[in-house]
Amino acid sequence: MSAEHSTPNTPPTVGDGANSGETELIHFDKVTKRFGTHTVLDALDMKVFAGKHVTLIGPSGSGKTTILRLMMTLLKPDEGTIKLGDRYLTHEEKGGKLVPASDRYSREIRKNIGMVFQQFNLFPNMKVLRNITEAPVHVLGLDKDAAEERARELLELVGLTAHLDKYPTQLSGGQQQRVAIARALAMRPQVLLLDEVTSALDPELVAGVLDLLRDIAHSTDITMLCVTHEMNFARDISDCVMMFDAGRVIEFGPPEQIFTEPENERTREFLSAVL
Amino acid sequence: MTFDWSAIGAFLPMFWKGVLVTLQALALGSLIAFALGLVWALAQRSSLKVVRWPVTVVTEFVRNTPLLVQLFFLFYVMPEWGLTLSALATGVIGLGLHYSTYTAEVYRAGIDGVPAGQWEAAVALSLSRRRTWTAVILPQAIRRVVPALGNYVIAMLKDSPMLFAIGVLEMLGEARQFSSQTFQTIEPYTLVGVAFIAIAYPASLLLRALERRLVR
Amino acid sequence: MSDITWGLWELLLKGVWITVQLTVYSAALAAVVAFGIGLARTHPRWIVRFLSGAYFEVFRGTSALILMFWMFFVLPMGFGWQLAPMWAAVLTLGLTYGAYGSEVVRGAIAAVPAGQREAGIALSFSPAQQLRKVVLPQAWPGMVPPFNNLLIELLKGTALVSILGVGDIAFGASLVRNATAQSAPVYTIILVMYFVLAFALTRGMRAVERHAKAGVGQAPAKRSRLRSATGPAVTGTAARAEGEAR
Repeated sequence: MSAEHSTPNTPPTVGDGANSGETELIHFDKVTKRFGTHTVLDALDMKVFAGKHVTLIGPSGSGKTTILRLMMTLLKPDEGTIKLGDRYLTHEEKGGKLVPASDRYSREIRKNIGMVFQQFNLFPNMKVLRNITEAPVHVLGLDKDAAEERARELLELVGLTAHLDKYPTQLSGGQQQRVAIARALAMRPQVLLLDEVTSALDPELVAGVLDLLRDIAHSTDITMLCVTHEMNFARDISDCVMMFDAGRVIEFGPPEQIFTEPENERTREFLSAVL
Repeated sequence: MTFDWSAIGAFLPMFWKGVLVTLQALALGSLIAFALGLVWALAQRSSLKVVRWPVTVVTEFVRNTPLLVQLFFLFYVMPEWGLTLSALATGVIGLGLHYSTYTAEVYRAGIDGVPAGQWEAAVALSLSRRRTWTAVILPQAIRRVVPALGNYVIAMLKDSPMLFAIGVLEMLGEARQFSSQTFQTIEPYTLVGVAFIAIAYPASLLLRALERRLVR
Repeated sequence: MSDITWGLWELLLKGVWITVQLTVYSAALAAVVAFGIGLARTHPRWIVRFLSGAYFEVFRGTSALILMFWMFFVLPMGFGWQLAPMWAAVLTLGLTYGAYGSEVVRGAIAAVPAGQREAGIALSFSPAQQLRKVVLPQAWPGMVPPFNNLLIELLKGTALVSILGVGDIAFGASLVRNATAQSAPVYTIILVMYFVLAFALTRGMRAVERHAKAGVGQAPAKRSRLRSATGPAVTGTAARAEGEAR
């Protein structure tokens, strides 16, 4: 594991570029986000190398979900910049100056990022298959047959081949979330954002979704940013766990270290409350 | 009271002609109201103030003033501006324009009712603005508002007799003409009144059934 | 516009006065009908509910203009009651908009939580006391915004009387048009007059709403538009559909 264990005087960095030509994929540079007078993210620095899996933990309101929403361009930072690879996500360079990104630019670059939501957010007016093919056809420009073939493969992966002709409301929550995961993967994203994907599920449906995500984490080289309250899942898939409190990373490191010997008092309190 | 059934028989041919004109006006007026209402609703969500503001003013004004006076306005003023249309065409435009300001509110509510997560999912999939509207938002919004739109069709039906005031021979116009020719008053007006209830009541039952099916 | 002489302006202003009178009388009758029928539709006896429900269905299925014609032409011939056009109009508008209003009353009463009525029973209030002291005060604030919408619909409905020859604003307009042979300015002026009346009604109802909400300890809703946030009144049929669509 290449994540160093530290309390951040050094900014959190996941991966070090030393192994097998790893590249830096996500770079938050002094990102601040406020809602009104409340600062949710306070000058956050963070680097994640390609292929790494990072889990964000912390009390609610600590800024974890805000990071995912900033990555997805659902929110705009008040200060600082976010880079995906060597391109800015939130800004574009015009005449040597950084200006806030236009709609068109954002849309282009966020094709590389997929997101799975707490509430699934499947399109209720489309059948399962079309939920998955909609974006590949209309955004990536795949022809319909190719998109459908890929969708079928993904449905097989998530174990829902039998349901491709149903509407989302005809599926259980767990099934809907698995479709949502297939829909995100269909875009072949470099980064997958998972926002409390099991929080809205009935307890007996959680395991199926987590097993699927474990599978994906271990069998692909997708970079994952994950907000979850499932600590066992976090331990299984993560290269690095980051503990957030009041808009800052107060501790980060490999899961075995964070979960067994946390250094920060707040981390210990939080973990004893959720474990 | 003497109710002369033979007068009903004598009125029937004119009555059916009137029914046909009423239904014509209703169908065309609804089309205008549905289409124009959507235009108003989308314009009111525009990011440009120069689009949003005038549309809001115009729709508020049209919605809060009487259809009858608007019909007179169109009927007398359009020819002064060099646009001469038949009474029926004028009536259809008036009816459609007036009710488009109501359907605009219906669409607006329908669009606002689409959960924020749907917009977010569209962003997460990088769908274009146009595709987000046509494939995701509008299909869901319109499905939710079908019963409410149906209500306004029934409301339009009940307002359609006003077209008689600008000389359209719809049901009320035919009844008026019949009574002035034959001095039989009770029968034609009663038949027309009953006909409205006979159309509106089953239509409202149908809508309520539709509503139960669509709003899940 | 210069062709409209002072005498013609006077005609229009007299029309405004008639329209205001029509609106006030019709609204008063409609309020009585709305509460009478609305309460009857929540009555424990089925026959009361059935009859009041039938009234509601018939009057909301009827076209106001046709009912007005019927009142004016058929009632006198059939029953020998000759109504002045003004009163035929008031009767029509009052009965019709009262029917729509009864749905508002019924809905607002149904929206008061059952626990409130049970609390009233627990305090040994009589049914009338429960209604007066517990249910209606809580239902009332919810009725004001839809009543506002209906009131504007009723104001617009008063224009129908000009067809029967009552000298309201719309009737004044046709006289002035005949006198000046100018349509655009005349009809623009009277449309603005109606709009101003509608605006004044809304202002008045906002004050009523503030007072009603303060009476149950709620802050008034903020609105920028003329109509209430509940959307325009459905004077069509299944009035409930609109709430569902939101």
